[in-house]
Amino acid sequence: MATYLEFIQQNEERDGVRFSWNVWPSSRLEATRMVVPLACLLTPLKERLDLPPVQYEPVLCSRPTCKAVLNPLCQVDYRAKLWACNFCFQRNQFPPAYTGISEVHQPAELMPQFSTIEYVVQRGAQTPLIFLYVVDTCLEEDDLQALKESLQMSLSLLPPDALVGLITFGRMVQVHELSCEGISKSYVFRGTKDLTAKQIQDMLGLTKPAMPMQQARPAQPQEHPFVSGRFLQPVHKIDMNLTDLLGELQRDPWPVTQGKRPLRSTGVALSIAVGLLEGTFPNTGARIMLFTGGPPTQGPGMVVGDELKIPIRSWHDIEKDNARFMKKATKHYEMLANRTAVNGHCIDIYACALDQTGLLEMKCCPNLTGGHMVMGDSFNTSLFKQTFQRIFSKDFNGNFRMAFGATLEVKTSRELKIAGAIGPCVSLNVKGPCVSENELGVGGTSQWKICGLDPTSTLGIYFEVVNQHNTPIPQGGRGAIQFVTQYQHSSTQRRIRVTTIARNWADAQSQLRHIEAAFDQEAAAVLMARLGVFRAESEEGPDVLRWLDRQLIRLCQKFGQYNKEDPASFRLSDSFSLYPQFMFHLRRSPFLQVFNNSPDESSYYRHHFARQDLTQSLIMIQPILYSYSFHGPPEPVLLDSSSILADRILLMDTFFQIVIYLGETIAQWRKAGYQDMPEYENFKHLLQAPLDDAQEILQARFPMPRYINTEHGGSQARFLLSKVNPSQTHNNLYAWGQETGAPILTDDVSLQVFMDHLKKLAVSSAS
Amino acid sequence: MNVNQSVPPVPPFGQPQSIYPGYHQSSYGGQPGSTVPPPPYGAYNGPVPSYQQTSPQGMSRAPPSSGAPPASTAQAPCGQAAYGQFGQGDVQNGPSSTVQMQRLPGSQPFGSPVAPVVSQPAVLQSYGPPLASAQVTAQLAGMQISGAVAPAPPPSGLGYGPPTSLASASGSFPNSGLYGTYHQGQAPPLIQAQGHLGIQTPQRPAPPQASSFTPPASEGPRMPSMTGPLLPGQGFGGPPVSQPNHVSSPPPQALPPGTQMTGPPGQPPPMHFLQQPGHQLQQNGSFGPARGPQPNYGSPYPGASTFGSQPGPPQPLPPKRLDPDAIPSPQLNELPPQQKTRHRIDPDAIPSPIQVIEDDRNNRGTEPFVTGVRGQVPPLVTTNFLVKDQGNASPRYIRCTSYNIPCTSDMAKQAQVPLAAVIKPLARLPPEEASPYVVDHGESGPLRCNRCKAYMCPFMQFIEGGRRFQCCFCSCINDVPPQYFQHLDHTGKRVDAYDRPELSLGSYEFLATVDYCKNNKFPSPPAFIFMIDVSYNAIRTGLVRLLCEELKSLLDFLPREGGAEESAIRVGFVTYNKVLHFYNVKSSLAQPQMMVVSDVADMFVPLLDGFLVNVNESRAVITSLLDQIPEMFADTRETETVFAPVIQAGMEALKAAECAGKLFLFHTSLPIAEAPGKLKNRDDRKLINTDKEKILFQPQTGAYQNLAKECVAQGCCVDLFLFPNQYVDVATLSVVPQLTGGSVYKYSCFQVEHDQERFLSDLRRDVQKVVGFDAVMRVRTSTGIRAVDFFGAFYMSNTTDVELAGLDGDKTVTVEFKHDDRLNEESGALLQCALLYTSCAGQRRLRIHNLALNCCTQLADLYRNCETDTLINYMAKSAYRGVLNSPVKAVRDTLITQCAQILACYRKNCASPSSAGQLILPECMKLLPVYLNCVLKSDVLQPGAEVTTDDRAYVRQLVTSMDVAETNVFFYPRLLPLTKSPIESTAEPPAVRASEERLSNGDIYLLENGLNLFLWVGASVQQGVVQSLFSVSSFSLITSGLGVLPVLDNPLSKKVRGLIDSLRAQRSRYMKLIVVKQEDKLEMLFKHFLVEDKSLSGGASYVDFLCHMHKEIRQLLS
Repeated sequence: MATYLEFIQQNEERDGVRFSWNVWPSSRLEATRMVVPLACLLTPLKERLDLPPVQYEPVLCSRPTCKAVLNPLCQVDYRAKLWACNFCFQRNQFPPAYTGISEVHQPAELMPQFSTIEYVVQRGAQTPLIFLYVVDTCLEEDDLQALKESLQMSLSLLPPDALVGLITFGRMVQVHELSCEGISKSYVFRGTKDLTAKQIQDMLGLTKPAMPMQQARPAQPQEHPFVSGRFLQPVHKIDMNLTDLLGELQRDPWPVTQGKRPLRSTGVALSIAVGLLEGTFPNTGARIMLFTGGPPTQGPGMVVGDELKIPIRSWHDIEKDNARFMKKATKHYEMLANRTAVNGHCIDIYACALDQTGLLEMKCCPNLTGGHMVMGDSFNTSLFKQTFQRIFSKDFNGNFRMAFGATLEVKTSRELKIAGAIGPCVSLNVKGPCVSENELGVGGTSQWKICGLDPTSTLGIYFEVVNQHNTPIPQGGRGAIQFVTQYQHSSTQRRIRVTTIARNWADAQSQLRHIEAAFDQEAAAVLMARLGVFRAESEEGPDVLRWLDRQLIRLCQKFGQYNKEDPASFRLSDSFSLYPQFMFHLRRSPFLQVFNNSPDESSYYRHHFARQDLTQSLIMIQPILYSYSFHGPPEPVLLDSSSILADRILLMDTFFQIVIYLGETIAQWRKAGYQDMPEYENFKHLLQAPLDDAQEILQARFPMPRYINTEHGGSQARFLLSKVNPSQTHNNLYAWGQETGAPILTDDVSLQVFMDHLKKLAVSSAS
Repeated sequence: MNVNQSVPPVPPFGQPQSIYPGYHQSSYGGQPGSTVPPPPYGAYNGPVPSYQQTSPQGMSRAPPSSGAPPASTAQAPCGQAAYGQFGQGDVQNGPSSTVQMQRLPGSQPFGSPVAPVVSQPAVLQSYGPPLASAQVTAQLAGMQISGAVAPAPPPSGLGYGPPTSLASASGSFPNSGLYGTYHQGQAPPLIQAQGHLGIQTPQRPAPPQASSFTPPASEGPRMPSMTGPLLPGQGFGGPPVSQPNHVSSPPPQALPPGTQMTGPPGQPPPMHFLQQPGHQLQQNGSFGPARGPQPNYGSPYPGASTFGSQPGPPQPLPPKRLDPDAIPSPQLNELPPQQKTRHRIDPDAIPSPIQVIEDDRNNRGTEPFVTGVRGQVPPLVTTNFLVKDQGNASPRYIRCTSYNIPCTSDMAKQAQVPLAAVIKPLARLPPEEASPYVVDHGESGPLRCNRCKAYMCPFMQFIEGGRRFQCCFCSCINDVPPQYFQHLDHTGKRVDAYDRPELSLGSYEFLATVDYCKNNKFPSPPAFIFMIDVSYNAIRTGLVRLLCEELKSLLDFLPREGGAEESAIRVGFVTYNKVLHFYNVKSSLAQPQMMVVSDVADMFVPLLDGFLVNVNESRAVITSLLDQIPEMFADTRETETVFAPVIQAGMEALKAAECAGKLFLFHTSLPIAEAPGKLKNRDDRKLINTDKEKILFQPQTGAYQNLAKECVAQGCCVDLFLFPNQYVDVATLSVVPQLTGGSVYKYSCFQVEHDQERFLSDLRRDVQKVVGFDAVMRVRTSTGIRAVDFFGAFYMSNTTDVELAGLDGDKTVTVEFKHDDRLNEESGALLQCALLYTSCAGQRRLRIHNLALNCCTQLADLYRNCETDTLINYMAKSAYRGVLNSPVKAVRDTLITQCAQILACYRKNCASPSSAGQLILPECMKLLPVYLNCVLKSDVLQPGAEVTTDDRAYVRQLVTSMDVAETNVFFYPRLLPLTKSPIESTAEPPAVRASEERLSNGDIYLLENGLNLFLWVGASVQQGVVQSLFSVSSFSLITSGLGVLPVLDNPLSKKVRGLIDSLRAQRSRYMKLIVVKQEDKLEMLFKHFLVEDKSLSGGASYVDFLCHMHKEIRQLLS
């Protein structure tokens, strides 16, 4: 087993790929019986310090329908200077530049350690990165001030040649022209009127007048930068200007009467931002960064009216079909998101408000374009400030950890077909021989567009084994998959990263053990969770849960060892042992449960779940709980109410929250001030230890988690109590009768109950 | 005496009126009867005097003409000298007018002298001859007679003399002489005459005595009251007296005239003199009324020069109408005789506007016009006079076509004289006159009649010891609120009448309460928004730079109220081409912010705070903005503009700021950019003279009307400055300014060097002038008549309320009245114009103007109390509106027909029977033909080839809100000889008639019509003059089309430039000077304004038109 774990880990490190199955069942029939689909989590831009990009173009298979990239799995005839494509078996001549190759003189892409390789290609004009700030001015004074400061700060983080633009909105939408001296100029749009892209471009004067065509001919090259230059300017040219402009930014001056929400034209502002970039810089890396402090209240995309007495929609309203603006707004933002995706730009949303801001409706913008979604209480919090700062963090080469306008192409060997992908991507609708008719996630294509990527962006890609049972694959046969990601690196280079992997085929009947042993339950849990969340976006919550349960039961039936009708005999092998627990927590997670979450929060959680890598995703599914006590070094403990003890400090990481919880006794000690007494320095250290660890997590995570420091009986302890497995509740407290742990006041089933049921169902012959 | 008595009280007037008719008749046709004094003369004299009389009353003009001829014959001999003394001008006028017309049958015998022109004969033929402005015809007969009878002459002479104009040209000289003699001699005769008349005499005396009589005359009771409060001295009834005088005089006219004449020193033309005396008296009395005409004549007469000129005129005549007759010009002088008359009409013999104006000036310009008496005709608009408000609104605020309204609609229909008032509610007053007092009635607001809602005014009758009052408009009896109660004195007047402006003055203001405000909220101070076209054209011409530079200083002169330290008005700025740029100039900003709105299809205001600012607080930012605007757009290539969205934006801005205000739009081109209100070039000269011509005056799209409606609702007034290089469709663009009470200024082919001064001067004036905003005007009238039609720059959403988004001191509303019932002669007719507006400090006020008119049962009274200038104002506006709906030809025909009907009615009902061949004009309307001809020839109704469609539309809308003075000079331009009078004289030189014949090639003339200013230089002007004016050595070196006179330090240059400046100061718009050299191609332009001549575009000459009119009248009469 250890070997498999290592293998998996190695593969992940090298290729950023985790498969649910690392040995593949060789027929369609068998594969469907495996319950968990053959799928992988792919982190296309996984940071690899040991992977210097090569400065040439990849060599492609000459078959027009294939065009796979030369890779270490190809058979090469060094003498004939030929190579055989391992996907279509086409024999290809090496290009002239490769005449010097030999066994000892191999190009990088043929070396096994370069199963993932990155090419830098010189294609097309290199356009600087573009950052378009779309700023809500209907904020409280200090919020706006904080936001302004953050924005001003961000200017210093941008590369000098990056283009920046500024759009502000409130009741009106203002597109600021940045090139003018002495007077600040902006184009103003009504916040209530939906405009087509063409109208927007006309109104911004971006369309070249038809008249001066002849004379403009020679001047064309200059014309272009001039036109767009009014709104998007290199940072180095206008940072002073823009800093001042931001500094002078005022709150939306239109009066807001008592009992009203400010009129906020988020829909139009986004529409204009999209239109602006669409007209000026299509297909170049650009981020539209929307900062909003409240829900859109007018115009297209409005989420709620301006009457304060009518609250913004809740899940309850949505279920009752009472959210009158939701559908229309969602449609508006979807339209925008799709347009943006087509242009290769991405949209970030930074929403900071105590109430909802309409993320539910707007979620598609970041979801489809690979943008960020950040939700906070106020712009004047470190959560926002640091998160925002982290957007501009740099890698060891001094480049932003972001990439733009990527297309991911997947090629499979002929036994496999592509069923779909789940992640921050849109389909490019490229049909091909390797595209399956059964869709899982976003399917029907072999290529997706990912407009915004960072090194942790991870997609779930689902496959279908199409090899028929009656055409067995020869022993030792391997299936191969190649992922080709073309993207604009943050250094504005065009790059192509190619990852080629291969796995063994195995006959599910004869070699089930191999397959079983090669099951990656973590990946499988995440992949299934993604499927579940994907379904939850369009289906009723209970249906999804039922589907998940059924899958779990089937899996247990398939791989469990048990005697029929004897729950007690039920066993799972190690490679499956954690999987039911993941499912238990997934069922309770905010990704599938909307109770106690606002629609915005659900959207927010789901957004992040669909793009984080395996580790983070697992944390989201099943938070990590560490215990600090005088009894020993810090240790992970069960996410269970029984772990809540009076003499412990607990540190819980749910990805979205970091909770430090002081047990009852510890809290009393602290209250008594022992930590300040020199003789109790160890207590001080104990208190400090989780803080340090939390800090470490905080440092690395994007977005910044909500940091909660609480203690026994504190109101915020609810964050912890809602996550732990309610093994002790008011119902069974006395049954357990021990002094350990803390009872959770809930009717939720505990893991034990869940497992009992699972076993019962798994062994039952009825299902 | 009767008269006097009668005069004061209304009824008396009535009586006098009755007399009038008599007079008229006597004077005109009836002379025989009237002539009482000398029967023989009577006949002749009668006529003559009648003229004179008429003239004095207003008829004056007529008389001269009519009288003239006869006079001429007789008088001529006596006296030119006399004329000289008096006023030569008159003579000419008189004679000329009459003369021409006359071709009497009689004329043949005598007529020859009178001299109908041959050519005319055709027209006049029958007898048309004596067109006599008044009753030209009569004259001839009279003339002869007069001539025959020595005694007769004097009276007649008087009559004629003044009217001289009549005096056939031929006669003129002699006449003048005669006059002279008469005058001297006449006085006595007159007296005698009076004696004859008896009744009349007393009257006469009265006038002379003026003061003494006046008091009585002035309705006893009122007088005192009136005078007391206002003017101790004059108060006397002057006014009343005057009227009586007039009245009386008229009646006496025929004979009385003589008598009257006598009273005075009888000076020259009896008429004139008479009038003068009368006038003087009147003036003393404060009246000095309308009769002016005669006096005017008098004045002209005085101008010996006129006589002198006469010879001149004759000369011109020859050239004009060649005819063989012309030849013997010298003879003419000597013997005006028949022959000449036959051949043609002497232009000098037809009624002369100049003469009339001069007479009125001389007779009524010296004494203040006191408004205490009902139905007095004020001095002409061309006369400078002061007004003392004693209960009726000053003529500066309201002028009527007639101050004596027919009692019944039948009469009114018969006379066809339009009943209209030209109201200028916020008229500027000369510094000597106090602006209306502001009355504050506290929280309860102004006191009003419960039924008709009329405001408290001097005519309200307090009864029951002051506990109630009866509304003078609807007779409703209302309770007097306790806080307003006051006891009555023995005459039934409130004791506090003189402490309360609303009880003693014709014009005053109330502070409005919150009930009078929009949304029941006191208004915020208004705002000015400057909206500047920054398209390529505007930048290229330098307009933008010039404007921005000017605005920097101009903003310090925004109108402020009373003693306010700084104007309450806030300002905002917008520039635009295809899109709009708003500017945030908030004082806290370091630099202005520009906000571009490209969504012209759906205009909105992008900012609230910082758009409209206080000038002083934001000065730095504004200055910075104005500095930058020309720079920002210096390289613009944008040629397309929008228009409607600009107005929309301004209006929305005011709406957002919840205030009224004014937009100043500076626009250059046809708005062809894609936006609401987009226009296409539809200029099509081929439509002229077709039934479709009217569409050239109609707006292209209804969008602007709707926009204007919204503007009015918001109190958003739009002033439009146009700088077109080509067709911009003024007809459409001016819709909004027109409906919102704004102004349109047009500077074709604007060039900074040449038009800078004009534009800046207009702009300064326009920005600085006091404006009322968000105004509603309502005219209430006595039961019996009601306001039915309104002309001017405003919008009406119902039939009674005139809504004015903005109203300034130049804007005039003409209101037409119709009968809906019988009027009462005793109580007269009252008008009350109430204007509710927001002052420029944001105060809500009501301005009330009251005017009492007489009512008559005799048509003659109507004709005797008309004001031709006002009539023309109304007719022009009505015609100019007509072109929107009817073919221009139909409009012209309507005008001619109406005019003919008016005159025919007079002839039929008021003039004494006389030969059908005689053209007899009412004294008050003797200029109607010449002025009407000018209207008919105006660019709108008869465009010349060089007149663009835009020009016509521009003028059309301009005239719509002109006041009487403006229409007067606009249609009949002033032509001032510069080198005729001695350099030392500082007075404005007397004008000459607008005809090429009057130009001497050795002189320099200045011509102005309120819009244009020409300096015409004769080809043989002395070199010295050229040198001292133009600083060049010869005529040929003068730059044609020069726009500025060099500043030279010599008396002539100073005088001319001073004159030009003073002319400009008189007009509401800056007149750009154009120097025109004789025989130069620019002269065509200049000649266009010589309105008495035949125009290139086919407009008839004065003489031709008069003949035509005569023909029309005869047709109607037959």
